[in-house]
Amino acid sequence: MRVRIRHEITQSFEPDTRNAAVTLHLSPRSHEGQFIQRWVLDVDCDSRLYGHEDAFGNLCHTFSVDGPADTLTVIAQGEVETRDTTGVVRGTVERLPPEVYLRQTELTHPGEAIHAFVEELDLKARPDPLSRLHALMVAIHEAVREGEGPAVAEPLTAEAALEAKLACAAGISPLFTSAARLAGLPARHVSGYFALDEVGTTRHWAEAYAPEFGWIAFDSGKNLCATENHVRLSVGLDAVSVAPPRAMGLRQQEVVSALEPRRQAQNQAQS
Amino acid sequence: MPHAFDEMTGADGAVRPAYETLQQWLSSVPRDVLDHRRKEAEYIFRRIGITFAVYGEQNSQERLIPFDIVPRIITQPEWTRLAKGLEQRVKALNMYIRDIYSTREILRAGKLPEEMVFQNPAFRPEMNGRRVPHDIHVHIAGIDIVRTDPDTFYVLEDNARTPSGVSYMLENREIMLRLFPELFSIHKVAPVENYADNLLATLRSLSPHGGHEPNVVILTPGIYNSAYYEHSFLADKLGVELVEGRDLFVKDETVFMRTTEGPKRVDVIYRRLDDDFLDPLVFRPDSVLGVPGLMSAYHAGNVTLTNAVGTGVADDKAVYSYMPEIIRFYLHEEPLLPNVPTWRCREADHLKYVLEHLPDLVVKEVHGSGGYGMLVGPSADRAQIEKFREKLIADPNNFIAQPTLALSTCPTLVEQGIAPRHVDLRPFILSGSDKVRIVPGGLTRVAMKEGSLVVNSSQGGGTKDTWVLDA
Repeated sequence: MRVRIRHEITQSFEPDTRNAAVTLHLSPRSHEGQFIQRWVLDVDCDSRLYGHEDAFGNLCHTFSVDGPADTLTVIAQGEVETRDTTGVVRGTVERLPPEVYLRQTELTHPGEAIHAFVEELDLKARPDPLSRLHALMVAIHEAVREGEGPAVAEPLTAEAALEAKLACAAGISPLFTSAARLAGLPARHVSGYFALDEVGTTRHWAEAYAPEFGWIAFDSGKNLCATENHVRLSVGLDAVSVAPPRAMGLRQQEVVSALEPRRQAQNQAQS
Repeated sequence: MPHAFDEMTGADGAVRPAYETLQQWLSSVPRDVLDHRRKEAEYIFRRIGITFAVYGEQNSQERLIPFDIVPRIITQPEWTRLAKGLEQRVKALNMYIRDIYSTREILRAGKLPEEMVFQNPAFRPEMNGRRVPHDIHVHIAGIDIVRTDPDTFYVLEDNARTPSGVSYMLENREIMLRLFPELFSIHKVAPVENYADNLLATLRSLSPHGGHEPNVVILTPGIYNSAYYEHSFLADKLGVELVEGRDLFVKDETVFMRTTEGPKRVDVIYRRLDDDFLDPLVFRPDSVLGVPGLMSAYHAGNVTLTNAVGTGVADDKAVYSYMPEIIRFYLHEEPLLPNVPTWRCREADHLKYVLEHLPDLVVKEVHGSGGYGMLVGPSADRAQIEKFREKLIADPNNFIAQPTLALSTCPTLVEQGIAPRHVDLRPFILSGSDKVRIVPGGLTRVAMKEGSLVVNSSQGGGTKDTWVLDA
């Protein structure tokens, strides 16, 4: 499937901001399931963007804004050719061994509820990592309903998501990574886009490592492995480390649109 | 517990040669003169404001660390041996950290378990594959040393993040020089006053792009930090700016300091701020103590952070137990300073030994600190030991065990007069791009309570001036 994406983010700063430094995780990389045809980043200030690869193999850009800074708009847009790989993610840039993704973070730190949840699932009874991961995805999908809400707002901790039984995708993904890590299966957070029927949204899901297949993408909110509708942007230990823009600002607004280029209608979704 | 070795009187009760002059002086000076000088020292400490705060204490006021006016003496040959061992240790620590963040040869060789690195909270994936200026990670190390007999010094702990205490070493000497000039005229004491010059020379040598006058700053978390006094003290001694995060900014991957004359480029940051707070764009997003974008300037090679980010991967209790292997692996040498023997409960034969000898051992949690979650066998009752045994069996990976050491004692002025008290030593090792510098001595901490082995200042420990006597 060919998807055209336009992602616009406007960041507001404190009134007296003299300088601002921004890191962008807004450049997808190609892998076997997606091919980046064209991708450009644009910022509405007189800054030079410095591109580099981060620890997790993501492309990032950093730049600084000379003050006084009020608002800042970043636009990422391009075309991506995706195909369904039944969730298997191959051909990615990996700089760290899978074991690193067993680390829990503040967001994924398992509390009593997650410990009990994983214990009850009795994943060890399943024959192999792949079936354990599938069982985990199904269980999380049943335990936590995906709610409306901004996917990029302050993400819930994994423990809070499980207790609330309701979370946005950015809150469900940490729960999956937390539980998988607790069960000894390396897992990581993925940020990206979801494009379906001309509607584009930012989306968060997870990838987990099964030695016989490599990395596999699980979207617990939708109860499926990532499809050709998922466009993978960046990976990290949790939602914070892959937040598309990171800056010390006040608030941000996002508009994402996605469409198949041959059709001209354009729907927009706010997230 | 075995009888402790006293550094003044030795095992046989005879005064050791290095202490002879001091001992004669001590016995000739009336008690009230000593008391008077001690009060004077306290007055000076209070006046210059060298205090510390204890976290978590209700109504915690800034406290004064007790200062003991009886110096501790180390002979030149003893120091030469120690210094060699410290240099070796820090060299190995640096090689280990460089390896862990690059090719990880030591893991490939199977010398230590992978999860000890990858699951270590102090391992920073952000540093993976990154080279740091001059390939040195630990520029300022504090290695804690304990002594058990005339010939045996053990390393108790490596501090490779932001070791503190050096201001006490310097202030202690200054006060001793003021209060007891006569003692310095009858002893040839190696100076420590050049520490500030050494530190500045080290920091300047670490500038990422050479140059004659690199701009060095000290980054402090601010006045509420327990070691703030030391930060401002060092900035003053070094003649460099003391800055907080908000005084710095990053533009085009370069760090600048705001000054009244406009932005000034910064080349070396001696940061006294934990990794987690350095850059809200990479680490904790809620940190207001750091500098947004700092890591991008660091990765671009435009600024040196001392110590480097991620050095904590080398200084926790679990890694400590592997230090002898780490030294052998990288340097192909035997460690000059031994570790305190450590049993790793993760290993079956070690666990068996520990379970059989619980009443004699100290058992610690690998990631614990501050004395929590630990068992001190000799002072625990049967029920406590049995309870701990269950914990140990349930999760052996989480524990290490060590023998209860009889730390050496030094003469100390207490209520009852001069009496032996347990001590340790923290020397500071500076690794620059040009050479390694160690001022002779370090900070001696002393447990002021009789019989106590706890030298921590938060638990009533004090400090002493440490003399390395020139031959």
